[in-house]
Amino acid sequence: MASYKAPLRDMRFVLFELMDGEDIATLPGYEEATRDLIDSILEEAARFCEEVLLPLNRSGDEEGCVFENGVVRTPKGFPEAYKAFCEAGWPGITASPEFGGQGLPKVVNGLIEEMICSSNLSFGLYPGLSHGAYVALESHGSKELKDKYLPKLVDGIWSGTMCLTEPQCGTDLGLCRTKAVPAEDGSYRITGTKIFISAGEHDLTDNIIHLVLARLPDAPKGIKGISLFLVPKFLVHDDNDLGARNSVSCGSIEHKMGIKASATCVMNFDEAVGWLVGEPHKGMRAMFTMMNTERLAVGLQGLGIAEVSYQGAVAYARERLQGRSLTGAKYPEKPADPIIVHPDIRRMLLTQRAYAEGCRALGAWVARHLDLHHHPDATMRQQAEEFVSLMTPVVKALLTDLGSEAANLGVQVFGGHGYIREHGMEQYVRDARIAQIYEGTNGVQALDLVGRKMPADMGRLLRRFFHPVSNYIEEKASQAALTEFVDPLGKAFTRLQQATIKVAQAGLRNPDEAGAAATEYLRLFGLTALAYLWARMAEVSLPKAERDDVQGFYAAKVATARFFMQRLLPQTGALFSSIMAGSKSTMAFDEAAF
Amino acid sequence: MKVLVPIKQVIDANVRPRVKADGTGVDLANVKLSINPFCEIAVEEAIRLKEKGKASEIVVVSIGPAKAQEIIRSAYALGADRGLFVETEERVEPLAVAKVLQAIIAAEQPGLVILGKQAIDDDSNQTGQMLAGLLGWPQATFASKLEVDGDRATVTREVDGGLETLALTLPAIVTTDLRLNNPRYPTLPNIMKAKKKAIDVKKPEDFGIDITPRLKVLKVSEPPARKPGIKVASAEELVKDLKAAGVL
Repeated sequence: MASYKAPLRDMRFVLFELMDGEDIATLPGYEEATRDLIDSILEEAARFCEEVLLPLNRSGDEEGCVFENGVVRTPKGFPEAYKAFCEAGWPGITASPEFGGQGLPKVVNGLIEEMICSSNLSFGLYPGLSHGAYVALESHGSKELKDKYLPKLVDGIWSGTMCLTEPQCGTDLGLCRTKAVPAEDGSYRITGTKIFISAGEHDLTDNIIHLVLARLPDAPKGIKGISLFLVPKFLVHDDNDLGARNSVSCGSIEHKMGIKASATCVMNFDEAVGWLVGEPHKGMRAMFTMMNTERLAVGLQGLGIAEVSYQGAVAYARERLQGRSLTGAKYPEKPADPIIVHPDIRRMLLTQRAYAEGCRALGAWVARHLDLHHHPDATMRQQAEEFVSLMTPVVKALLTDLGSEAANLGVQVFGGHGYIREHGMEQYVRDARIAQIYEGTNGVQALDLVGRKMPADMGRLLRRFFHPVSNYIEEKASQAALTEFVDPLGKAFTRLQQATIKVAQAGLRNPDEAGAAATEYLRLFGLTALAYLWARMAEVSLPKAERDDVQGFYAAKVATARFFMQRLLPQTGALFSSIMAGSKSTMAFDEAAF
Repeated sequence: MKVLVPIKQVIDANVRPRVKADGTGVDLANVKLSINPFCEIAVEEAIRLKEKGKASEIVVVSIGPAKAQEIIRSAYALGADRGLFVETEERVEPLAVAKVLQAIIAAEQPGLVILGKQAIDDDSNQTGQMLAGLLGWPQATFASKLEVDGDRATVTREVDGGLETLALTLPAIVTTDLRLNNPRYPTLPNIMKAKKKAIDVKKPEDFGIDITPRLKVLKVSEPPARKPGIKVASAEELVKDLKAAGVL
């Protein structure tokens, strides 16, 4: 039986000790988001996740979704849980009060998303997709569309999807074939087939609002000829009553490795009635608004899995008695020592922990900058936007890669009992796996980082990360107590700088050079970001560990920082060598020899 | 009809309590404190009465140290209308609480008072009964079902060997048992509204009531650690050991 307690203590640490969470409430529009309120919200969200969503995680995985006669049934308990989720108002956390939302900071939402993903990743996809649809529609839709559809998306009565992928068109959206033909009444008729559509059809909501990429008859070829359309499952009358069923239907659902309680649908559009969102041929812009939100959210899925897998592994390592400690029995009164005494088990647990806590800080750091969108100063706003833009691929790929690694370690700690289903540990591996793939594979994220974000404006985006880190290293270099954290950070950072120059220069001459280094470069970047945050977390915790650390929270924080610096960060050395070796060994290999 | 719901802040049910090093009580610093689960059930029941149109206003009352005000906000988040907080750093005993409540009830004139049957920290299970005694009101304790019709209330109680049903004339005191209801989750909009709602704060002196404790706590200690068991080889040995221990 899986157990999970939302890491509220650590979340508060990140929000109010590592960062100055109190000043969120000084941003215009966030006046209500005081520490007090944030605390209450996190607590209630934790309770909901632990008591309602968690118990449905394994049963949802075992049962999966069922497709019959065009209708999708979600697993037992999901409709009731979804209803309770909406009644409690959780779909509208960050949504604008204009459309019935609570307008709360995104950094708070990020922490709640993590809890949802730890408790029940499959469940989280349904409101998650609606949120993405909300964001795209809110930023790009006409007033009519917004007034008609957003309030119901915000209260969760209706849900949303994003329909991008087609059989021949995955990563390369320019290959999209779905057609949109203008009708006389100003609407469009959409025809085509979309695949891999999460929440495309289900029994949780009265209506489903599809956001669909399609081509107008006069569209230019490729990616510049894609427009975005809103296609509801049921047409909506002006008085907001549901009308006729639109000609969009679910053809089948996929049989997947994980997230089995999430319906992944083939959607057929057969002259379905739709409305243009934004301008013609500018669909990709609208889609990217949605995708950037989703990419950060997917990163948090990896984090959520890392945390819950860690909690399961620790509990098991404490109670599983096998063998004796290498240095003599630690629990002589027991038939064997709990496996937590063994160095290799401790290595795995600490790796999971250092990744989970580090990624939590990284996710919050980036989400915090999303909230600066509310800052009165235009320069601050722009810099924050640049930072988010730079860090989005890093968060998506790093957090999901590490989430997967952590989930695998969780199984390893359990041994054979992790491989069988009843402890739920293998489900985390299967559920986490998709997060490395969807919303742009992690390979694509790495290309986005080296190909788009790195060269943008002569490296201006890079400075949003490089400057604070190099300033920090410089500032703290003379503080003896921090040397053990700042020195390794400095080393990793130097490697990152050198690798950046190498990838930028070599990539200019030969794009394959950048492409071949991209994945390792992103990991080097991500680990350096984690090192920066771990150094800062150690800095905050050191003095507090000396006084009044009743629960040992700060001492554990410092110890985890130490483990990260000494045992995990050295990976940057190998990554650096591998990047510097260049693309030749990869690209010179004869294709026929594969 | 106005419903008054007295509530208490206690150490959270999921926290493992630890005794203070000096043995004067349970360490409440840095531990999670929550609304007493039975009190939460009382609030929920009042909200259900309001939803059924039987209650017009829900007033919650709590007595305790300043930080206990949080539970008034928790009750607001669930749907309570108005909150009254009597602030004191003194340890309050059931009789003192009942006297303060008596004074508040004299001013508020509720038609029904719903309390938790006991608080999970001291397990006193006295306040409701004492309050009924002081007021001379009918009482129904350990309610597992409550129905209100006009000035009558019907309460089902779980008793040994079955259910007992009582009819009461209002105003009356009802205390809640675990199975009366399942408290709802507060909604996000209500959590936010709760933060902005005012709380009427008073002191025990405002009611002219002396809350000085009548009991003295001599010592608080953890239960003795359980000794490890032994394995016996045969039934004979077990019988022998039990005899030696004087239990057979």
